[in-house]
Amino acid sequence: MPTTRRRFLSLAGGMTAAGAIPIVTLRPVEATPAMLTAAIRNVVGEAQLRTGKVKLDIPPLVENGNTVPMTVSVASPMTADDYVKSIHIFNEKNPQPNIGNFHLGPAAGRAQVSTRIRLADTQKVVAIARLSDDTFWQVATEVVVTLAACTEEMN
Amino acid sequence: MAALINVPAKAKRGEIIEIGTLTSHIMETGFRHTADGRLVPRDIITSFICRYNGAEIFRADLFPAIAANPYLSFFTVAKESGKFEFEWVGDNGYSSTASASIVVE
Repeated sequence: MPTTRRRFLSLAGGMTAAGAIPIVTLRPVEATPAMLTAAIRNVVGEAQLRTGKVKLDIPPLVENGNTVPMTVSVASPMTADDYVKSIHIFNEKNPQPNIGNFHLGPAAGRAQVSTRIRLADTQKVVAIARLSDDTFWQVATEVVVTLAACTEEMN
Repeated sequence: MAALINVPAKAKRGEIIEIGTLTSHIMETGFRHTADGRLVPRDIITSFICRYNGAEIFRADLFPAIAANPYLSFFTVAKESGKFEFEWVGDNGYSSTASASIVVE
């Protein structure tokens, strides 16, 4: 049977729809390149990483990767016995996986940090919070970058 | 080195206040090359500390992935009138300080 245009389009459409599902819904938070995993293990050690509590505000589509605004906040009462000790930010595809470590304490009042970062490529950004009971909580966000940072030539 | 500090001049006791800091620094990543292929050496700020009347309330380790002219904003509880001191430390012996006062009622 000759491939008609209509048949080709319906096939292509079906494949796109089927292909999109695993990327969007089945991508596990822990499925990361080795460097990112190693950097996270450096901070977390053998402790279990749980998903939740942490919120990462970053634009989903970035035009210029040289300065990307980012805010991390953690749901915590920030009292003397229940507070956020530290917040750690990682990336998947920059030349180096670390972005920043931020050390807080009960005196912070609110567990929230903002900064501006560089992203070398379309990639995943991971934020991890260490609470006062030494549990670790994470969130991962996918960011699409159109103009990369970090490795461009110097003019 | 120029730094912009944003601390409220006045606050009520126990109020949660936001502190914003911006300092001018190239934050050269150490991963860039010149047009003729030479690696541009890394020159970044590696550490930032904020002290409130002498006690550390916020500290950050920074990496090349922090954008040029590092901006940081964080929170603290206004406990007493006094001084916030800020310190940036980096490659090649870089060091810079700034301070801001607050009146707590």
